[in-house]
Amino acid sequence: MTDLSVRIGDITLANPIMPGSGTLAEGMADVFDLSRLGAIVTKTFTDDLREGNAPPRVAELQNSTLFSIGIPSKGTDYYLNKTVPFYQKFNTPIVASISADTTEGFGALAAKLSDSGVVAIEANISCPNLKKDGLAFGMDPVATEEVIRAMKAATHLPVWAKLSPNVGDIAVIARAAENGGADALVTANAMLAMAIDIETWQPRVANLMGGITGPATKPVIMRMVYQCAQAVSIPVIGCGGVSNAADAIEYMLAGATAVQMGTQSFVQPTAMVKLLDDLTAYCERRGIAKVSKLTGAMRMFSPEQLARQGSL
Amino acid sequence: MSLCAVKPDEAGAGDSFPVAENLCTIVSNDWVNEEYRLLIVDAPAIALAAKAGQFFHLMCPPDGESGNFLRRPMSIHRIDREQGQLHFLYKVQGSGTRGLATLGQGDTLDALGPVGQGFTLPRGTQHVVMIGRGVGLATLAPLAQEAVAAGAKVTAILSARMASLLMAEDALRSDGAEVVIVTDDVGNSDTTSLEALLRRVHADRPIDFVATCGSKRLTRLLQDFSTEFGIAGQVALEQRMGCALGMCFACVMPFRNTAADGTRTVGYRRVCWDGPVFNLEETVL
Ligand SMILES: Cc1cc2nc3c(=O)[nH]c(=O)nc-3n(C[C@H](O)[C@H](O)[C@H](O)COP(=O)(O)OP(=O)(O)OC[C@H]3O[C@@H](n4cnc5c(N)ncnc54)[C@H](O)[C@@H]3O)c2cc1C
Ligand SMILES: Cc1cc2nc3c(=O)[nH]c(=O)nc-3n(C[C@H](O)[C@H](O)[C@H](O)COP(=O)(O)O)c2cc1C
Ligand code: FES
Repeated sequence: MTDLSVRIGDITLANPIMPGSGTLAEGMADVFDLSRLGAIVTKTFTDDLREGNAPPRVAELQNSTLFSIGIPSKGTDYYLNKTVPFYQKFNTPIVASISADTTEGFGALAAKLSDSGVVAIEANISCPNLKKDGLAFGMDPVATEEVIRAMKAATHLPVWAKLSPNVGDIAVIARAAENGGADALVTANAMLAMAIDIETWQPRVANLMGGITGPATKPVIMRMVYQCAQAVSIPVIGCGGVSNAADAIEYMLAGATAVQMGTQSFVQPTAMVKLLDDLTAYCERRGIAKVSKLTGAMRMFSPEQLARQGSL
Repeated sequence: MSLCAVKPDEAGAGDSFPVAENLCTIVSNDWVNEEYRLLIVDAPAIALAAKAGQFFHLMCPPDGESGNFLRRPMSIHRIDREQGQLHFLYKVQGSGTRGLATLGQGDTLDALGPVGQGFTLPRGTQHVVMIGRGVGLATLAPLAQEAVAAGAKVTAILSARMASLLMAEDALRSDGAEVVIVTDDVGNSDTTSLEALLRRVHADRPIDFVATCGSKRLTRLLQDFSTEFGIAGQVALEQRMGCALGMCFACVMPFRNTAADGTRTVGYRRVCWDGPVFNLEETVL
């Protein structure tokens, strides 16, 4: 039997598979037993009530999608009284994902979750910082560090920083999150993108811009996961275009401790369960006793190999 | 294919998960007129547990350059539990439905479902009137079947540009519905004529439930009519979808909410999860 467990800071997860925030909801419990997941990351919520962006909110692209949902939110009371109890029916740790307009807002919301029953809090820092010209927190190393520090000061719960991929040097942001006290990184949120309908000449999502997600984005996020894992000593959770066991293994080889799946669950709701089965089979076939051995196990080309290739 | 997917000969309706990636075998997939195809598949028990107004999210084969990455929502046109078959009536209009049209007998269709909230007939309903235009009736046909089975009379008003584009007429008649046909050609499908028709039908035999699908004009007509006579009514709506399981929040539309203290607000709801069938009075057009 392969040991599928992985450690994310102080938490041990039964396996390295979890949903990306905003891509699993109560409806998934109609399809498979959510107890099989390593963790359940819930959709980002804010303390205030929000409706989210105007529809249309989705456009199909090649092997990927453009979504512009915004952060519709029913607020903290709903989260504590409805969302958490629903997922507590399953034998799976719950990770909350939160967002706020200010650093103080992130701290205050984190404090409210301390005794909620969640095991960790993911900080969705891809949202605009209203006190800094609306630039996303995650695009600025200083703001990133401040948000994580504010959350760590407000709660004893582990804090995971979900990075924005819309930056020049992801390693700088990764280190800022680690300096702020993050217990893990989630790399990454959706890449900012846009598409236009050439018949109507209108944007394909009403919000003009949205996030591109799905398999087509995987190589770019793979590079970022590698760069993050090189830059920090805290665990990195890979997230971007994971659709099957091969993708999860690839992320782990690049340095990820665990992975999150998003868009593929819309296409194939059982994909996470199938991933787990296939990951187990892979480890058995390869004689890998612990799945955690895959993390960072990529083998670089050696100088000798490169010399043989006639590296000039 | 997924390990959790169900084939027709496996898994019973007693399975604890009501929604599955059902692998259905195509029986036929033929044109019914220039625009629409009727897709008939052998379906497993989970899929056959579908109720009128629910839908499936269909994986569509690639169409040339377009991979059809996302599934496409499709209403159930007929649930034939005796034959173990599901029918879908669909308009070939874009790459997804073009991909669907390439499926032939013996091929496999991956149909996620059944999903969504279907129609709810109030207890003791005596006379259901449904109005649909074009493919709207595809969605309403199973309701006719359910209503007749529940002992109600069903009047189905079918609207189309011309008689040759009418669909579902035979199915509705064989299910025991009285079918009334109106067309643009004949000139009796406009709102004024339809309103007069509704009043005549209601005077003849009081209507206690109205249902529609697929047209804003018809929905507004039924909203006004049902408000005037205090009749319950529902509409099946469409919106672009990502997951069809209430997870992505892509498929929202605005709806009227009435709070406990009577104050009214408008807020988004998910068509796939809270619907696709909604009460007429809460629907914003
Ligand atoms: C609950 C529900 C039930 C439906 N039932 C039927 C039915 O029984 N018969 C039928 O012919 N059609 C039905 N539709 C509409 C059908 O889903 C669309 O015609 C189909 O998705 C078009 O896909 P396409 O790729 O061929 O067209 P394109 O226009 O190329 O589609 C591009 C994108 O837009 C989306 N899209 C386009 N039109 C619609 C629409 N009206 N609703 C939702 N998404 C849309 C597609 O899913 C796709 O992602 C239903 C829609 C919903 C939401
Ligand atoms: C519909 C949708 C909603 C999302 N909502 C959130 C969210 O609320 N919070 C968040 O941090 N990420 C959100 N994401 C991003 C995903 O968690 C994930 O980072 C992204 O989709 C990339 O993974 P994927 O390629 O596997 O989909 C959302 C993505 C999608 C597609
Ligand atoms: S389509 Fe995903 S929530 Fe409705």
